[in-house]
Amino acid sequence: MAATDATSLEAAQPALSGSTHPPAASEPSAIFTGPRRGSHPRAQASARPARVVEFRGASKLYGAGDVGLERATFVIRRQEMVFLVGPTGSGKSTIMRLLIKEIEPSEGRVRVAGRDLCEIPRQKIPFYRRNLGVVFQDFKLLPTRTVYDNIAYALQVTGASRKQIRATLPEILRLTGLSTKLHSYPHQLSGGEQQRVAIARAFASHPPLLLADEPTGNLDPETSIGIMQLLYRINRAGTTVIIASHDSGMVDRMRRRVIELRRGRIVRDEASGSYGGREESTDELGERLRREVA
Amino acid sequence: MRPAFFLKESLRSMRRNVVPSFAALASVLVTTLVLGVFIPVVQATNGAADDVRKRVLVDVDLLSGASAATVARVRAELQGAPHVKSVQFVSKQSGYERQRKLNPQAFALIGYNPLPDIFRVTPDRPENSGALRAELDQSSPLGVRLVSDPAIAAVQNRQAQTDRIVSATRVIKITMALLAALLVIASVLLVSNTIRLSLFSRRREVEVMKLVGATDWFIRWPFVLEGLFLGALGGAGAVALLAVAKVTLVDPLANSVRLISRPDMIGFPLLIAILMACAVGVSAAGSGISLRRFLRI
Repeated sequence: MAATDATSLEAAQPALSGSTHPPAASEPSAIFTGPRRGSHPRAQASARPARVVEFRGASKLYGAGDVGLERATFVIRRQEMVFLVGPTGSGKSTIMRLLIKEIEPSEGRVRVAGRDLCEIPRQKIPFYRRNLGVVFQDFKLLPTRTVYDNIAYALQVTGASRKQIRATLPEILRLTGLSTKLHSYPHQLSGGEQQRVAIARAFASHPPLLLADEPTGNLDPETSIGIMQLLYRINRAGTTVIIASHDSGMVDRMRRRVIELRRGRIVRDEASGSYGGREESTDELGERLRREVA
Repeated sequence: MRPAFFLKESLRSMRRNVVPSFAALASVLVTTLVLGVFIPVVQATNGAADDVRKRVLVDVDLLSGASAATVARVRAELQGAPHVKSVQFVSKQSGYERQRKLNPQAFALIGYNPLPDIFRVTPDRPENSGALRAELDQSSPLGVRLVSDPAIAAVQNRQAQTDRIVSATRVIKITMALLAALLVIASVLLVSNTIRLSLFSRRREVEVMKLVGATDWFIRWPFVLEGLFLGALGGAGAVALLAVAKVTLVDPLANSVRLISRPDMIGFPLLIAILMACAVGVSAAGSGISLRRFLRI
């Protein structure tokens, strides 16, 4: 294992390492006192933030010369909120699928928390995925389960007991604003609510890294703002967030780091610093987004 | 916690998928039922065919007036010959008594015993009766008969009858074997197809489970348990129907119709055990194995 950077591994994979750092009292701290020995990523923020995601010349060829991604090299550090933008087929989803290890790179390296994903054997993939939160454009909820059970399932797979789940879920439901929808089935919810359930499920186990593939693709602008606020809040609480989107207007207004892709190549990688924006609260962000859309 | 969780999951999924679950249950029930009827039928047919084949004999007639020593010598020779399964001696006298009982007038008319001492030789396999006859009664190309023992007058194997028995029973056995193979293949395909269909409708669910980090067995166990339940229910239904049929139809006839009840036929308890094991095993294993396709994410 290429775990030369021990701190990054501990920070990004609390479930795998035995570290038990006390949760720091920033933002909604209660959500980090989950069933798992949650180590707050901020608790040990060093001068140089650790590399959560690292692509080194990663390429992906699909079959007959179809290029999914071409020699992509970038680093995403802890607590960053990064947007991947570009038209359909530009490689955003390929990056996401590489990160959840649904596919393997044809060339190059993909590291998460210092660990080369190629080195994770097949039967260990589920354990790796428990350290990721994943949100999709089409929500991917379990249609036969209620909101509560959908979110609980993400904890059940980790072997959490019913008691632990009952202790953890209310905070997540409150954070995502779903407390009143507990016993609804996905088909009874609006698109925005379904996406909130998906985010709640992705965040239920407090993963250090959250991936969102076009999370607002199916939603109207106002609902999208709500979803973005939610992702922003999760990011502010210490989770690294990567969002793929083709809504460049929204991405620009978020004033975060943007990696732009075109035909599998990275054509722009703009750090958030260039916006020179100060840290906003979640409410401020929402207000500004609404103002700028109008 | 885990077993209870899996149990609850499988019950939930059966409740939420009533129609596919019922389809799986019904297909298990029907195939088990057909299998349950077919196993005894095949056995009875094969048993009947074997009975007929046992009647293939080679008669060895001795010259009249053979002494006890000659009879003993020929018996030893016959028992040592190839393709011989058993040798039965029918003395002149006992043959006469039996025939006279069958046809008293004719034998009263004859007034004496025309029958020779006979050895009834059963070949090891019916197909070998010709070879056995040739062994005992070799005709040379010159027409001189070379009987293996001077005391033997003739060797008969009732050629036409034997041929008919051998070929007819062979056709029956092959037909039954083909039918049985066809039935087993059809049952497995039917059950696995039903399982595949119900799994296919839930493949997205499986995909989502994999994406939130569920291990293969975490996803698989509820499906296997579900297959186990449905298989057991379907099997139990089929067995109940078979029991009803046995009590109402087969048992009253068993004494009068020899075909239905044979001493070497499978017992009902054993039949039930086999059917239940098949129903449960195939559906549980089928669910688990069919799922593999959808777990490759």
